[in-house]
Amino acid sequence: MDSEEKVPQDSTRRLQPKKQTLDDAYAAPANFLEIDVRDPITHGIGRNRYTDYEVRMKTNLPVFKMKESSVRRRYSDFEWLRTELERNSKIVVPPLPGKAWKRQLPFRADEGIFDEEFIEERKKGLEMFVNKVAGHPLAQNERCLHMFLQEQELDKTYIPGKIRSS
Amino acid sequence: MSFFGFGQTADIDIILSGSDTRKLAEIKTEDGKKEKHYLYYDGESVSGKVNITLKKPGMKLEHQGIKIEFIGQIELYYDRGNHHEFTSLVKELVRPGELAQNTSYNFDFVNVEKPYESYTGSNVRLRYFLRVTIVRRLSDIVKESDIIVHTLASYPEMNSSIKMEVGIEDCLHIEFEYNKSKYHLKDVIVGKIYFLLVRIKIKHMEIAIIKRETTGSGPNTFNENETIAKYEIMDGAPVRGESIPIRLFLAGYDLTPTMKDINKKFSVRYYLNLVLVDEEERRYFKQQEIVLWRKGEKTRKPIQQPQSVPPENK
Repeated sequence: MDSEEKVPQDSTRRLQPKKQTLDDAYAAPANFLEIDVRDPITHGIGRNRYTDYEVRMKTNLPVFKMKESSVRRRYSDFEWLRTELERNSKIVVPPLPGKAWKRQLPFRADEGIFDEEFIEERKKGLEMFVNKVAGHPLAQNERCLHMFLQEQELDKTYIPGKIRSS
Repeated sequence: MSFFGFGQTADIDIILSGSDTRKLAEIKTEDGKKEKHYLYYDGESVSGKVNITLKKPGMKLEHQGIKIEFIGQIELYYDRGNHHEFTSLVKELVRPGELAQNTSYNFDFVNVEKPYESYTGSNVRLRYFLRVTIVRRLSDIVKESDIIVHTLASYPEMNSSIKMEVGIEDCLHIEFEYNKSKYHLKDVIVGKIYFLLVRIKIKHMEIAIIKRETTGSGPNTFNENETIAKYEIMDGAPVRGESIPIRLFLAGYDLTPTMKDINKKFSVRYYLNLVLVDEEERRYFKQQEIVLWRKGEKTRKPIQQPQSVPPENK
């Protein structure tokens, strides 16, 4: 009888995997990071008004000192963070939602930059921005990001530097 | 007189011997089309005959000699004027004189060395061809005919697997393993990716085969990368302890053997590129070179089954 050449059965067999423990399989994921930008409040009256937002963070990443934090930040604080990251880190920093210069001109029919819909759109854009940035492994090493997310007051005279997780 | 359409001219045909049993191979041309030519290996003789057909009946063809050359050359596209001939053999078919009728000449380049494989790339081309020249006072009549050469190798003695732990400090640690470091062109890459630490939000993982063609040397080195194959091996977020298998069949792709520093002019190397993509489209990758080689084709022979062994059912 003729015999055909058989493809050796080992040649495509999977490599032996290491067994995953049940602990690892069902543990909470090690990459938990959620940041909400919520609760916009406009402070002050007349020409001295400004809007700020709550930036609330929940995480289990060891690089962040606090596992839960809540701070209030305004648009110019986000701009400060973006500038610091562009200058001190090698990352390509995502854009912020627009500056809305037109809305700051007088004689508008709506509330300009204090218009409810505008604030809602801006809030969403800021949330996208901060989640993108906070998830970047290189941005996570920057002091400015940690200060922005977890310290009540932004010290703009700080000394830029890197953070190592202990 | 052989200008303004006066005077005799001729057609040249080069016919290779053994063409009824010899295999054809395919190769790309510079403009991307595929061409077929007869396949030769190192050490084989290249022989055949040259037919010269006179175009104008009743007229003689005066010539200063007819010769045939076997040439192996490397053409760098950015330096077209200079062909680098690494092999050049010539045989005189007939001394200067005149042809009165259609004539045929035999030739035999015995046991020709063909040290490199035929290759058409993005910036360089290596080809072998026969060239017949009818030398004349004003303009030669020339005909070229290409052959394709494949270089064969056998199973390497040492073929260790590739196993490495890589990552970004405190963010992502993986261990990847590929079953071999040297693969033949119809081989299968079997591997796995084991996740040790996952602190980023991974969306999917893919593997690609990248071909890197290097031409020039020193400060004038030029690398051209081409992605030959790419496919997704994992969709979704892995956690620590998970293993993802890889099985990549090479036969379906347009690959050549690895070529290192061919005649000091160019190299063609292959890399496996493992890419992880996170939810913000950030890409994390690890490239690893693999060596590709060409296995000779085995002819099938019937094997007698011993009577006492029953057929296996698997």
